[in-house]
Amino acid sequence: MGWHRKILRINLSKGTVDVEPLNMEWAQQYLGQRGLASKYLINEIDPKVDPLSPDNKMIFATGPLTGTAASTGGRYSVITKGPLTNAIACSNSGGYWGAEFKFAGWDMLILEGKAEKPVYLTIMDDKVELHDASEIWGTTVWHTDDWIKTKHQDPMMHIAAIGVSGEKEVLYSAIVNDLHRAAGRSGVGAVMGSKNLKAIAVRGTQGVAVKDGKTFLKATMDGKKVLAENAVTGQGLPTYGTQVLMNVINEAGAMPTRNHRDVQFEGSHDISAEAMHEPRKTDGKKNLLTNQACFGCTIACGRISKIDENHFSVKNKPEYWHASGGLEYEAAWALGSNTGIDDLEALTYVNFICNEQGMDPISFGATVSAAMELYDLGLLTTEHTGGIELKFGSAEALVKCVELTGKAEGFGKELGMGSLRLCTKYGRPDLSMTVKGQEFPAYDSRGIQGMGLTYATSNRGACHLRSYTVSSEILGIPEKTDPLATEGKPALVKAFQDATAAVDSAGICVFTTFAWTLEDIAPQVDAACEGGWTPDRMMEVGERIWNMERMFNMQAGFTGKDDNLPPRLLSEPAKTGPAEGRVNGLEKMLPEYYQLRGWTADGVPTNETLSRLAV
Amino acid sequence: MQKALVIDPGKCTGCKQCEMACSYEKDNEFNVAKSRIRVFEFHEDGKFVPYTCTQCAEAWCQQACPVNAITTDAASGVKLVHDNLCVGCKVCTIACPFGTVNYNSTTGKVIKCDLCFGEPACEAACPTDAITYQDIDQTGFDKMKMWAKQSADGAEPSGPNPPVAH
Repeated sequence: MGWHRKILRINLSKGTVDVEPLNMEWAQQYLGQRGLASKYLINEIDPKVDPLSPDNKMIFATGPLTGTAASTGGRYSVITKGPLTNAIACSNSGGYWGAEFKFAGWDMLILEGKAEKPVYLTIMDDKVELHDASEIWGTTVWHTDDWIKTKHQDPMMHIAAIGVSGEKEVLYSAIVNDLHRAAGRSGVGAVMGSKNLKAIAVRGTQGVAVKDGKTFLKATMDGKKVLAENAVTGQGLPTYGTQVLMNVINEAGAMPTRNHRDVQFEGSHDISAEAMHEPRKTDGKKNLLTNQACFGCTIACGRISKIDENHFSVKNKPEYWHASGGLEYEAAWALGSNTGIDDLEALTYVNFICNEQGMDPISFGATVSAAMELYDLGLLTTEHTGGIELKFGSAEALVKCVELTGKAEGFGKELGMGSLRLCTKYGRPDLSMTVKGQEFPAYDSRGIQGMGLTYATSNRGACHLRSYTVSSEILGIPEKTDPLATEGKPALVKAFQDATAAVDSAGICVFTTFAWTLEDIAPQVDAACEGGWTPDRMMEVGERIWNMERMFNMQAGFTGKDDNLPPRLLSEPAKTGPAEGRVNGLEKMLPEYYQLRGWTADGVPTNETLSRLAV
Repeated sequence: MQKALVIDPGKCTGCKQCEMACSYEKDNEFNVAKSRIRVFEFHEDGKFVPYTCTQCAEAWCQQACPVNAITTDAASGVKLVHDNLCVGCKVCTIACPFGTVNYNSTTGKVIKCDLCFGEPACEAACPTDAITYQDIDQTGFDKMKMWAKQSADGAEPSGPNPPVAH
C-alpha cells in the first residue's frame, strides 16, 4: 500500500510500452522517489554516459506519500544524469502532476532511448500512448499545455512539458508542470528535449490506498496541526512565500549580489516579499494577487502575481497581463540581487518567461550575472551580445536575455551553456559561481558557513535543497548555530543531507521540515506503506542514498577535488555586513566531514562504509 | 436545525485536501477523480473555487429520477442516492443544473454530496476555513458581519444613547 507496485517503462527509440512490478526489496532500502529511482537509474545506465545521448535514461518517480492526504503529498522527482553537471540529477516538483500520475495507477515512469521524431506521451490510467508532437514542437510550455488539453478534450489532464529551451538543450532547462511548477535544476528539461519528448499528459482515476487508514489519518492530521501552528509554515510561508527570506538573508550579509562581488543588495527591499504586498506606485495595484498550494499542501507558499500592464516588459503584450506563478525567493535573488536589478515587475516578467519556456531561473539568473561581470571587465562586448548593453542593474538587458535564451537564439545560445562554460569560453572560469558546473542558489557561504560545505559536497552541484543548514544557522531550526562559525558544521551538514534525502524519497515537500522532524514524518510513511518506518530507519536510508549518489558521481569521473568552491568565496572577503572580512572556511570543514561520512581523506567512501550501508 | 456547506473561494488555496477527504470517506482511498466536491482553478485570475451540491429544496435530480432512487432526508434536507435503487441511467446528471451529480463508472451508480451524514469530511480537512458547515438559515452570517464591521469602522462608540421621541 502507498504503492501500486507498478512501473511504466517506455522505450522511445522502439516506441514500446512495458509494465513491470516495482522492486519492493529496493523500496525497503531506498523508500521511494529520489532514493528508489536513483537506485534504478544507477543500476541501468553507464555512469560515463553522455547525458544528452539516447543511452541516458530519465525517471519520473513518486514517493509512498504522493497522492495521499499527507500535507504536501503531491511531489514527484525527475532523476537522470544531468547535462549541466555530468553528475546525478534529481529535480523535485510540486503542482498536481505527481499525484495525478500516481492516481493513474503508476509509481514510476522510466524513459529510455530517443524518439525518431518529436512526440508527446499521454497516460490515462492504463491507456498509454505516444503521439506526434510536430504541431507543438517549437512552442512554449504554456501553449503546449493548452493545446494538448484542447486536442484530447480533457481539461482535467495535468501536463509536464518542456519549452523551446529544452528542445534546444539549453543546459539548465526545466520540466514545467501545471504551468508554473518545475523540476527545475540541473537541466533535466534538456534531457527530455534530447529524447524528442515534448510533454507527458496524465490523468488518473485509480486512487491511492494506504496500509492503515485510521492510523494514517491520525498521523497526517497531527502533522498538519504542527505545520499550522509553526510560525514559518503556518504564518511566514503562506503570507510571504519563500520571499520571506529576502530581507532576513540580506541583513545576515549572505545575499549574493552582482555575481557574488557583494553580499548585501541595496535594492533588496524593492524586490522583497513586502514589496510584492505593497500597492505599486505606477498603478496602485499589488504585484501579488494570492497564494497557491500545490497538491495536498496545507502551507501554500506559492505566489500568484500580475505584472503592471504598462511596465516596459509587457507593454502591448496582453498575453502576459494575466496572473501566473510569481517570484519565489530563489528567482527574485538570482534574477534580481545577483544581477543588481531592483525592478520587481521586470523580475516577475522574466520569471514568467522562465516558466513559459521551461528554464531554471536560478541558473539562468546566475549565468546572466556572470556574463554581466565579464561585460563589466570588457571580456564580453556588445559585439558578442548582439548589441545588448549587459550592465549590472539593467532590467532591459535581463529581459532581452531571457527572451533570447528561452528560444536559444543569438546571444541566448551562449547564455544557455550555463555560467561555467560561458566564463571558461571567455577566459575567466574563476568568475563562474558554480560547483560541479551548477550555479549557486541564494545564500553566500561567506555569511553562512555551513552552506559552503553544503554546496561543495552536494551530489547535484551547488544546491540549497540538499542540506538547508540556513534553517539552523539563520532561523534556529531545529536549534540555532552561529552562521559565521565552521565548528560543528560538518556534522550539521551530514545530518541535514541524510534527513533531506529521506524526505525527498517520501513524496512530500522539504519545506515541511521547517516544522517537521523525521519524528513527525516517519509515522505518516509507516501508516502508508510496509517497512516498519522509524526516524532511525529513514536516516539510515538517507545516508544510503547519499553514498549511492556519491558513488555514481565518482564512477562518472568526479573526485574529492570537485568538492570545492570558486576562489572568490575562499579568498575574497565579504565587504559588508556581519560577515565583513570573512571568506568561507571550507578547508576547515571538509576533512572532518569526510571523516564523519566514513570516507577516505580524498573523499572516497570506504568499503567498510559501503558495506555497512549495503550500497 | 439544518446545516449547509458554506464556501468562501477567497480563502481557498487549491490544495485539494477536501477532494481527498471526500474520496477517502466514501471509498477508503485517496482519489480526487471520485470526489463529490471539486476545486476549480481559474489560473489566469488567480482564483480557486470549491464547488459541490447545495442540496436543493426542490431538487431537479430527484424529480428527474425515473426509479425514485433519490430521496430527501427529512432531518438534514440532504438528497440521498440509494445505490440499491439507482440503475445508472444518468438522467439526474442531465437534470442537475449545477453538474454536481455525477456518474461513477466503477460502481455503475451516480454519486453526489450527502454531507457525510452531518459531519462533512471536506469541511474537517480544509486547512484555511474556505469550507465551513453552518446553520442553513444563516449562511450569510459571516458576510453580513464583515460588512457590519465595515460600517462600524471609522465610527466611534456612541456611548449610552437616549431614546428619541417621535
